[in-house]
Amino acid sequence: MENTIVQYGLCIAILVALAVPLGGYIGKVMNGEKVFLTRLLSPVERLIYRTLKINKEEQMGWKKYAVSIGAFSLFSFVFLFLILLLQGVLPLNPQGVKGMSPDLAFNTAVSYVTNTNWQAYKGEVSMSYFSQMAGLTVQNFVSAAVGISVLFALIRGFVKVKSEGLGNFWADLTRILLYILIPLSILVSVLLVSQGVVQNLNRNETVELIEPVVTEDGDEITEATVPMGPAASQIAIKQLGTNGGGVFGTNSAFPLENPTALSNLIELISILLIPVSLCFTFGRNIRDKRQGVALFSAMLILLLLALSATFAAEQSGTPQLKAQESVNIEQTDGQAGGNMEGKEARFGIADSAMWATFTTAAANGSVNSMHDSYTPLGGAVPLLLMQIGEVVFGGAGSGLYGMIGFAIMTVFIAGLMVGRTPEYLGKKIEAHEMKMACIICLMTSVAILAGSGIAALVPAVEKSVNNTGAHALTEILYAFSSAGGNNGSSFAGLAANTVFLNLSLGIVMALVRFIPMMAILSVAGNMAKKKKTAVTTGTLSTCGPLFVGLLIFVILLIGALSFLPALSLGPIAEYFQMIG
Amino acid sequence: MRRRGKDRLITKKLVIRAVKDSFIKLAPKTEIKNPVMFLVYLCACITTLLFIAGLFGFQDTSTGFVFAVAVILWFTVLFANFAEAIAEGHGKAQADSLRASRRDVTAYRIPSADEKDKKEKVLSSMLKTGDLVFVEAGQHIPADGIVVEGAASVDESTITGESAPVIREAQGERNSVTGGTTVISDYLVIQVTKEAGERFLDKMIAMVEGAARKKTPNEIALEIFLVALTIIFIFVTLSLYAFSSFSARQADIVNPTTITSLIALLVCLAPTTIGALLSAIGIAGMSRLNRANVLAMSGRAIEAAGDVDVLLLDKTGTITLGNRQASRFIPVDGHTEQELADAAQLSSLADETPEGRSIVILAKETFGIRERNLQDMQIEFIPFTAKTRMSGVDLRGSEIRKGSVDAIKEYVEAAGGRVSSQCEAVASQVSQKGGTPLIVAKNHEVLGVIYLKDIIKAGVREKFSDLRKMGIKTIMITGDNPVTAAAIAAEAGVDDFLAEAAPEQKLEKIRMLQEAGHLVAMTGDGTNDAPALAQADVAVAMNSGTQAAKEAGNMVDLDSSPTKLIEVVHIGKQLLMTRGSLTTFSIANDVAKYFAIVPAMFAGLYPGLSALNIMGLSSATSAILSAVIYNALIIIALIPLALKGVKYREVSAGRLLFRNLLFYGVGGIVTPFVCIKLIDMLLTSIGLS
Repeated sequence: MENTIVQYGLCIAILVALAVPLGGYIGKVMNGEKVFLTRLLSPVERLIYRTLKINKEEQMGWKKYAVSIGAFSLFSFVFLFLILLLQGVLPLNPQGVKGMSPDLAFNTAVSYVTNTNWQAYKGEVSMSYFSQMAGLTVQNFVSAAVGISVLFALIRGFVKVKSEGLGNFWADLTRILLYILIPLSILVSVLLVSQGVVQNLNRNETVELIEPVVTEDGDEITEATVPMGPAASQIAIKQLGTNGGGVFGTNSAFPLENPTALSNLIELISILLIPVSLCFTFGRNIRDKRQGVALFSAMLILLLLALSATFAAEQSGTPQLKAQESVNIEQTDGQAGGNMEGKEARFGIADSAMWATFTTAAANGSVNSMHDSYTPLGGAVPLLLMQIGEVVFGGAGSGLYGMIGFAIMTVFIAGLMVGRTPEYLGKKIEAHEMKMACIICLMTSVAILAGSGIAALVPAVEKSVNNTGAHALTEILYAFSSAGGNNGSSFAGLAANTVFLNLSLGIVMALVRFIPMMAILSVAGNMAKKKKTAVTTGTLSTCGPLFVGLLIFVILLIGALSFLPALSLGPIAEYFQMIG
Repeated sequence: MRRRGKDRLITKKLVIRAVKDSFIKLAPKTEIKNPVMFLVYLCACITTLLFIAGLFGFQDTSTGFVFAVAVILWFTVLFANFAEAIAEGHGKAQADSLRASRRDVTAYRIPSADEKDKKEKVLSSMLKTGDLVFVEAGQHIPADGIVVEGAASVDESTITGESAPVIREAQGERNSVTGGTTVISDYLVIQVTKEAGERFLDKMIAMVEGAARKKTPNEIALEIFLVALTIIFIFVTLSLYAFSSFSARQADIVNPTTITSLIALLVCLAPTTIGALLSAIGIAGMSRLNRANVLAMSGRAIEAAGDVDVLLLDKTGTITLGNRQASRFIPVDGHTEQELADAAQLSSLADETPEGRSIVILAKETFGIRERNLQDMQIEFIPFTAKTRMSGVDLRGSEIRKGSVDAIKEYVEAAGGRVSSQCEAVASQVSQKGGTPLIVAKNHEVLGVIYLKDIIKAGVREKFSDLRKMGIKTIMITGDNPVTAAAIAAEAGVDDFLAEAAPEQKLEKIRMLQEAGHLVAMTGDGTNDAPALAQADVAVAMNSGTQAAKEAGNMVDLDSSPTKLIEVVHIGKQLLMTRGSLTTFSIANDVAKYFAIVPAMFAGLYPGLSALNIMGLSSATSAILSAVIYNALIIIALIPLALKGVKYREVSAGRLLFRNLLFYGVGGIVTPFVCIKLIDMLLTSIGLS
């Protein structure tokens, strides 16, 4: 127990210690200030601008910014969709993988373009190396960059007074890729390769098993196929860009994706690194560090609550396990104890619970254990983290702007309670902002409820679920929550590659990504036009503990109000069945 | 003075009228204006149809239960209508009495002020802008206008509620008259400035009645939030049906979820409490302002009042008593204090200004100098003129003059003398202390200085410090010189001052403050205040002021009290706070309703879920009914709060938030648990379920 606390504490301390300077660095890059990479990269940057005829000084209005993003994402989608359909005839395909079915290609393309990385396929059997590299890895970079760029458009909206422009999307995209995502990914890839993560273009290898396995049918298996591929480079950005789509089907539970304790730590920290840094960048760039710290604190508190709940649920196991004399579920020096089903022995409870929490808090979705096998409440926490809209650090950029949507909503109610029409960061919150904030905060809930509601009525879906009863509902709910939070984490236990699920999940992913994104850009555009109101003691402080507390309360309340009935038929019912 | 505020909030007559109105408001056209309650309205219709269908054999669930839910939902809708109706009731009653004063009267039109005998009888409603009318004692003033000739006392109680008559006269700041008021002495020739329908009384009736009421910006923003929540809950209930049907298929049983129970859940979750009270809160805020004798020209102005963070206050009347008082005689150049006091008293005997009188009083108090027999003294009074800027007396060959430093300097120097440096030093000392120096000279020789002191009103310092805690800055506007102004500002505890303020500087100051992101409120009465009033975010014009000032302001203070601004800010904040607090309460209520309804609906499917029935409600039917009944009754229970407004204290935003969160947030979570349990016990004990 103490070990776990120390381990968690250390991990979070390292994370924050890295995030603070990185936050400052990102802030500088996006303001066009000089950083240590400027000398090296600015010629490349200038070349890109010249070649693509980008005027980096252009100040786009929110509509132009939004249209640029829309056009870029649509192009990305079509490009990726075609690659996946045609991968059978495209190069770099040593395994001879076939082209995807249209519905699966649609689902996968939407999934990667929306930074979700929901995978209804298995990488090592359904993806060519070309698809992995030119398709998925590219989207891992640019979809994260799009999310981050929207955040900066919003920051500029808060900072500017009585003006229109939010910056140039193409220049933002270029800077984020060139100065932030690519250098960080190179660094993390090299670290991962040093730990033994594969990085090659070879055919899968067949190796002889040291210890032959005998199956239930009596067949003896002596050989195994070891998948190869350009993994390390993709894993780095999959973690950093809150993407989460594994190169291999079992994601980071697979030794070639995540071989050692150190690689596990690196990947864990990479999940949250950019989302946490952006909180500090936010404070820096709006010129009030306390505001960034306040949002960070709210997120951190929610993260710690979730982490403790998941860990506690998994560590205490189930009464059924306890009742079995042959199993000792106590944590000892020699074993992790608790509910080990679906978890790697090398990671145990603590690391698995931490990963499960981090990956669903951030809209990452990579896994190092199978959430389907968690105890009812242990699995409900990741589920709820996705359902509240991925605002506990959340996706790169999107998590923070989602949180700001909640902050606007909180400020609205709290502002009224102190007798003033509400304002946030000096900008008045009026009907338009409220409309957009509601869209930002409630889109996820609506999409998840509508999607899973329809799915629950479709008889075909019942065949996709592996379990029955309450757990079956949880599996459906998890799939739609994962898509609805743009998370992409999979509960496993749901055969998701069906036409209905591919299409419905694809639609949900697209809606929850782009509608709130457009809404936040519209808020940014409107904010930029407003004047700044002066701060007095009558102004509600948005950086004190009271506001942070209220923000957390509003997030949990909206989450609870939206999902309590659904959860009560899923994990909560299952929990009561479990404790009998 | 008769204050409308003393009226009771809820009277029998109002209630009867409101009950009637709540049924009239059931018209779909009216209901659709309030989206949250419209949903309840639709749900009431659906359950009623279900009940009727039940009679013909379609069974959703037990017919009695459907009937009960339908009845409660209709009551929920009626309660919401009642809340709005009773809030409107006050205004309607007031409007009725105003309408009585608006009735058409006979006016006497005259071709010009010199031809008063050529009167022509016309109806007041026929008067056009520019017409001249003659009004005598006992007659109603037929229309809004400007006095062009005469002076008369006018009874304006129909509008202000103030029974003491006021003087209205040609020229000056008191030349505007309002239609519907009565001349009680002398006569007036009035030039009509407003046509029928646009007159002050018409506007006033429209405002108090709420006929011109539009949703205010903040109300719209809040409504968006409430509608968004409602939409979410529609999805919650619809998807719940699907989940329940899926779970039932898995368990191989019939779907336990009925349409009626889903409707009950939806209505309970939707923010009906605040939805029902929202318009009542807005109307009540407006009536509170009316009861404070302030007439807002729009609801927007009241909301802005809550946001104001700078108050521009006129020194005179707001911060200081209207007049200065002599507090000391300071002799100079070797003269004695007695000598100075004697001369000062003489020069002020005929001076009827408060300052003059205070000099006589001070002379009497300090030296026992009494009134003299003026006839014996062959005295001639020299009144104050704008040219000499001095007043005084001539008696038996000697001249006594008093006036400002500059005026006396001119007077003395004209006779070849000079004002000593000692005198100038004393005068500037007086200024620095916030006083006004008045120099007394006898036969072109300075005797000394009278120290006129501004008397700060009792309690203003504390008031300003309260305002500061709320984050509201006070700025004193005065015509005094900067030195005097600074001293008074320091004594009164205002944050800043604008000295030697001309109207243009006021306007400039407001623009500057607004540029820096402040919302500015001010009061004004003169025509030259009009540009500043038009620029300010909240501009309260005095009813005694000129037409131009009243046009420029967005509120009119019928009492013409300069301190009214503070009250207006208070009412504005209270309005917003009431909205926020009841919204929080309404949403916090949902927690308990979940714990009542969810186990009731699904304990059949998953018996373990009855562990969530932490209130220990007796049965599923009783649980759902109790929740719906609570949901309806809480509307009625909160009507008084919506009308009165939540309690407001002048403390910082943080403390205010903490207090209200504790009260309405935590209270909102706890209250329904207790009440629903009580209703359940009651229902069970009378055997209704």
